[in-house]
Amino acid sequence: VTADLGYGMTLVALGLAVYGGLAAGLGARTGRLALVESAQHAAVGVFVLVTSCFALLTYAFLTFDFSVRYVATNTNLGTPFYYRITGVWGALEGSIILWSWMLALYTIILIVRHRVGARELYPWALATMLGILAFFLLVMTVAAPPFQRQVPVPPDGRGLNPLLEDTGMITHPVALYLGFTGFTVPFAFAMAALITGRIGDTWLALTRRWTIVAWYFLSLGLLIGGWWSYHVLGWGGYWAWDPVENAAFMPWLTGTAFLHSVMIQERRRMLRLWNISLVILTFGLTLFGTFLTRSGVIASVHAFTQGSIGMLFLSFLALVLLTALGLVAWRWETFRSEGELDSVVSRESAFLLNNVLLIAAAFTVFFGTVFPLLSEAVRGVKVSVGAPFFNQVNVPLFLSLVFLMGVGPLIAWRRASLENLRRNFLWPVALGIVAAAAAFALGVRSLLAALTFATTVFVAVTIGLDFTRATRARVRLGESILPAMGGLLLRHNRRYGGFIVHLGILIIALGVMGSHAWSVQTETTLHRGETAELAGYRFRFDGLTAVEESNHFKVIGAFTVSNGKVLGVLRPAKKFYPQEQAPIAYVDYRLGLREDIYLVLGDFARDGSQATVKLQVNRLVSWIWIGGLVLTLGALLAILPERHKSA
Amino acid sequence: MNRRRKFIVGGVVIAAALGYMIYAGVTQSAVYFVTPAELQAAPVPGKAYRLGGMVVPGSLKWEPRSLDLSFTLSDGTATVPVRHKGTPPDLFGEGRGAVLEGNWTADGYFKATLIMAKHSEEYKAPHDGNRAGYRELIKTLRGDGR
Repeated sequence: VTADLGYGMTLVALGLAVYGGLAAGLGARTGRLALVESAQHAAVGVFVLVTSCFALLTYAFLTFDFSVRYVATNTNLGTPFYYRITGVWGALEGSIILWSWMLALYTIILIVRHRVGARELYPWALATMLGILAFFLLVMTVAAPPFQRQVPVPPDGRGLNPLLEDTGMITHPVALYLGFTGFTVPFAFAMAALITGRIGDTWLALTRRWTIVAWYFLSLGLLIGGWWSYHVLGWGGYWAWDPVENAAFMPWLTGTAFLHSVMIQERRRMLRLWNISLVILTFGLTLFGTFLTRSGVIASVHAFTQGSIGMLFLSFLALVLLTALGLVAWRWETFRSEGELDSVVSRESAFLLNNVLLIAAAFTVFFGTVFPLLSEAVRGVKVSVGAPFFNQVNVPLFLSLVFLMGVGPLIAWRRASLENLRRNFLWPVALGIVAAAAAFALGVRSLLAALTFATTVFVAVTIGLDFTRATRARVRLGESILPAMGGLLLRHNRRYGGFIVHLGILIIALGVMGSHAWSVQTETTLHRGETAELAGYRFRFDGLTAVEESNHFKVIGAFTVSNGKVLGVLRPAKKFYPQEQAPIAYVDYRLGLREDIYLVLGDFARDGSQATVKLQVNRLVSWIWIGGLVLTLGALLAILPERHKSA
Repeated sequence: MNRRRKFIVGGVVIAAALGYMIYAGVTQSAVYFVTPAELQAAPVPGKAYRLGGMVVPGSLKWEPRSLDLSFTLSDGTATVPVRHKGTPPDLFGEGRGAVLEGNWTADGYFKATLIMAKHSEEYKAPHDGNRAGYRELIKTLRGDGR
């Protein structure tokens, strides 16, 4: 019954979305407001229905309703309450529901926010949103139906993928999908701009904050993904250049490019075509990512259910791109920009270069990810490129991007004079060089590390310089220091939010560099009471214990860690799930600002007399999470409504 | 015009640099996916490969004290002896699929530096060892889809 009810609601929602899309489009064409209003009602209906579907599925999970196949395959009687809720989006079908629900939610917000005030663009944007929503509902009915009957009803379910039994799994997909779907709104307005021929700045102004919101969630999703990988997967890393990670990283790169190029259009009326293209590209990449991960064309360590859904996404992607490019071609004449670049040394060129580098990075990631497909198509052999390729090509790009983070916000518009350059960059450059020299004096011998230090210090000083100058200017006008600072942050929240995001990126860059350059690890087998040593720490194996949890069996090793004095006992474990053929590692760690101690239990003797353990001392990794926090705070500040209204 | 030329030159330089970096990256880190049969047909010592197949039941030896792992990988037609230093990953075992990264040594074995156990939900290891089963396995390992 549950399955049929859910399926029925999905069908009705699909019908309503198709109707609403057509009505909004027709209403926009003919100017009949009644049709647009009717489309709004349809959108509300879709939202209510998708919400009900989601609630129904959650209820089925909570009540162990194994007559629904999706519930039976992704939960069992032992699954704890908490993970029965997150299990709802633990696999393909549920994540499509989540995706559709977010799209429906965004559609409602779009209606609320833009119904009045964006007369020309709004109906077309609504039509686009509903069209995309209809596609996802179509996927929900034909390719990945969450509501399918399971006959006969099994007494118990198969259980959730144990790797997903983690708090990161609640937030990671939610944030990531909020990011993915968030880019649909700027895309919808870009389409509206193309259709109406109003490719000026209105659509940009309307979608500014939408873009920052989408970017914020996408960044958050990527960061949580890295954290999940680090503390669940047990290989001691946070990023593996896996196709699935790349799929989420590509739209982040193009989205970041868009976030920056928008500023040039706002200020100088340039790059209209470029901005429209970036939005199309970013939205296209979110679909491409789903195609990539769900079609099975690329082997990935992430085990995802595969099926016809890949082809469906590819077809939709083709449709979207062809339509978008067709519209661009149709409006080609209107794209002549009003402004022009005045000088190579100017803020415009710095931003342009930032865009070119971000796109180059996105292309590199794309190229490396689909390389096996290319090589097979061209030469008939399957050749893949791994992490070394991505690191080798991207590190120079990212380092240059970090450098530009210092240049872009301070260099003058149009044409920077020597005086402007000297005033803004003399101190930062000097201190950057001092930092590199200091690092060298302290024994850092890696060129990459020295360069990273120099660039991050350079950028940090530019930010500090700008902020002090602005504060001093306000103090001179009679404000006291703290209110002056607060006022700056709140009144120019976009600019300073951006600066804080940049600071976050700097911290992350240092963490990434440090963990790559200075982490050490070893693997060893210890008898009970025996000790191993790594990087000044001693690890004593104290024995094994076994525990029975609600849905699995756990073997826990105890290792006393000391460096002269005892620091504590770490307990890495192995979890045995009845539905899985092999155990899953459960890592234990002691996080620190300087270094993390990270233990993974390997093989062990059944009597507990010996155990193999992987010992890692990972340097500076914590700064990645700290930087991530700073970054998200900055993004939040930038999302706040803009207070000051001046050119 | 001069300004325009500067931008064009800049663009060309960036594109060329990127092209070169990608080319160099690919030639340095390209790894060929081979099956045991393909590897045995033309083994090149020292060359990096990604080797996919099934761990032959009864071939797995694990020495915890020295961390020596050895087993035989098969694709139904040919077998390759493999050695590795370190604990096998979760989900790795006899009769299961695995993808190895490493290189062929002049001493006649494959030295694996990385072992990836393959554990896609749909894939079931072919227990009877028939050809069709192995073909399915290789397809899954290479990521050709269903």
